[in-house]
Amino acid sequence: MSPKTLYDKIWDAHVAHEADDGTCLLYIDRHLVHEVTSPQAFEGLRMAGRKVRAPEKTIAVPDHNVPTTADRVNGIENPESRIQVEALDKNAKDFGIHYYPVHDVRQGIVHIVGPEQGWTLPGMTVVCGDSHTATHGAFGALAHGIGTSEVEHVLATQTLIQKKSKNMKVEITGKLQPGVTAKDITLAVIGETGTAGGTGYVIEYCGEAIRDLSMEGRMTVCNMAIEGGARAGLIAPDETTFEYVKGRPHAPKGAQWEAALDWWKTLYTDDDAHFDKVITLRGEDIAPVVTWGTSPEDVLPITATVPNPEDFEGGKVDAARRSIEYMGLEAGQKLSDVEIDTVFIGSCTNGRIEDLRAAAEILKGKKIKDGMRAMVVPGSGLVRAQAEEEGLAEIFKEAGFEWRLAGCSMCLAMNPDQLQPGERCAATSNRNFEGRQGRGGRTHLLSPAMAAAAAITGRLTDVRELM
Amino acid sequence: MEKFDKVHGVAAPMPLINIDTDMIIPKVHLKTIKRSGLGVVLFDEMRYHDHGGENEEFVLNKPAYRNTEILVAGDNFGCGSSREHAPWAIKDFGIKVVISTSFADIFFNNCFKNGILPIVVEEEHHAILMEDAHKGENARMTVHLEDQQITTSDGVVIAFDIDPHRKHCLLNGLDDIGLTMEKDHHIDKFEDHASQARPWV
Repeated sequence: MSPKTLYDKIWDAHVAHEADDGTCLLYIDRHLVHEVTSPQAFEGLRMAGRKVRAPEKTIAVPDHNVPTTADRVNGIENPESRIQVEALDKNAKDFGIHYYPVHDVRQGIVHIVGPEQGWTLPGMTVVCGDSHTATHGAFGALAHGIGTSEVEHVLATQTLIQKKSKNMKVEITGKLQPGVTAKDITLAVIGETGTAGGTGYVIEYCGEAIRDLSMEGRMTVCNMAIEGGARAGLIAPDETTFEYVKGRPHAPKGAQWEAALDWWKTLYTDDDAHFDKVITLRGEDIAPVVTWGTSPEDVLPITATVPNPEDFEGGKVDAARRSIEYMGLEAGQKLSDVEIDTVFIGSCTNGRIEDLRAAAEILKGKKIKDGMRAMVVPGSGLVRAQAEEEGLAEIFKEAGFEWRLAGCSMCLAMNPDQLQPGERCAATSNRNFEGRQGRGGRTHLLSPAMAAAAAITGRLTDVRELM
Repeated sequence: MEKFDKVHGVAAPMPLINIDTDMIIPKVHLKTIKRSGLGVVLFDEMRYHDHGGENEEFVLNKPAYRNTEILVAGDNFGCGSSREHAPWAIKDFGIKVVISTSFADIFFNNCFKNGILPIVVEEEHHAILMEDAHKGENARMTVHLEDQQITTSDGVVIAFDIDPHRKHCLLNGLDDIGLTMEKDHHIDKFEDHASQARPWV
């Protein structure tokens, strides 16, 4: 048998039908649903008189629109947001799917709730009407975002019409330096490949620096595979994965656990399997990074300066010129001189317990800069509860951070947490697009530790100076 | 879905690379529970001033491009989120074809589900089409799906590739779900097999 990649193995195990031209029906093991990209899909089912084929494999949670302030117990003030969440309440009930409503302590960002509850398991196919579904690839699950028409397709048929992507390997060798995190790895990779570098590929991340990461770190890396243009990111499951999964509410138990483990241990890329593209970075060479522009590929070490647009080639010259103007920066300016007024710690990229620990470690016994608006939005109610138990919440509050309830919040600013025009935010989220965090708002992406450092000094800061 | 045949219309140039889904339709417009009516907010933040009112500099606001049916865009068009509101807004505006050197994966898929034809062309052809799109209203481009050809206003013919299944679905206005449901027995069979092989799923 010819050697296979991890992607090949998961793909092959899920093909329900293959047409002569290679178009496949790929069976979907888990379908995650949130309130923004699903109402039209459920409406489509109703109009056609169709049912959800596998409600037991479908899990819904509201996250994008929900307010993160304590007063959300009184309901959602914005009428449009409220209607979307109420529609999800109704659709979950009508179609009999698993549901974590706003007031449930397990509610949170869909990509944090799925793994936390043990819905996401190695070797599965996982989809959601959200591009950051890539997150679940950290478990060695083939996971990617889909549009609303495809949400409807999966609801009705539990399959997707797909053609196979190409294989790409991203290897991070060696050890990371102190102060360098999973976020720096994933941003550094996008800086290397560009935002279209992964288009048409599924990426497998491997190498010692990836193996050394916790599940939280691996989720951060895979989360941003989409920002590099890839359909999905994958990391082969290992003891770290099994340890994380074991005992979670929806993880297999007893004899089924043993059977699952036997299969999961076969989920790795065979020696000599073919990759169509290979990128290798040395872990030692990765520095704490920040973004300077309005594309996630606009990445530089914090010690660098804002680039000169003329130094780029092709369409990037105009794009960089536009970015720098939008961001209110000047070519040659030191990144560590850029002053910020807002800090956001949270999102499906960096809203897990390890992220909060890393930020709290830097903030312990310190205060944020006067006038700084800083908030922590835990990725789920359970992350929040754990952070409170570990004393992290106290550290954040004493430093001057707002301690919020779970949701997507200022990552995409669909709820009231938004930037005003001209405001500049150090954010642990995943996109620095124009207007992403609010019209006219300016976003610098970085790790939780770097965000904490920026909150203290009031400017983009090399976290290693505070360690 | 409406059948896609041939488009003969105004092509607008948007050479900027990495036009992302937040640019195509910002999140404030994702709160709808409908698919329709989003054309008016297509490219919202580029198209309108902060205080409201149209930005006359923006290409689709120029008199020559108000009836654009074909968009010639820079590389990596549609990167970012999975929001199908992006193609919904494009379609609602009246644009039926988007041409670029590359598209983000999810956006590309979403186009086909909504009767929009995204076409990938080589850089040299892209340059020719971009130049043609700059000519404005009187220079109309033709996109012929059956023949897989784009014809510029000067009569230059450029061939393009498309997945045969997707072409078939667009030409015939076919609904994916209906097609898949015809293969129900394959899905049943797969589920039987998978429930034995991986009962924990």
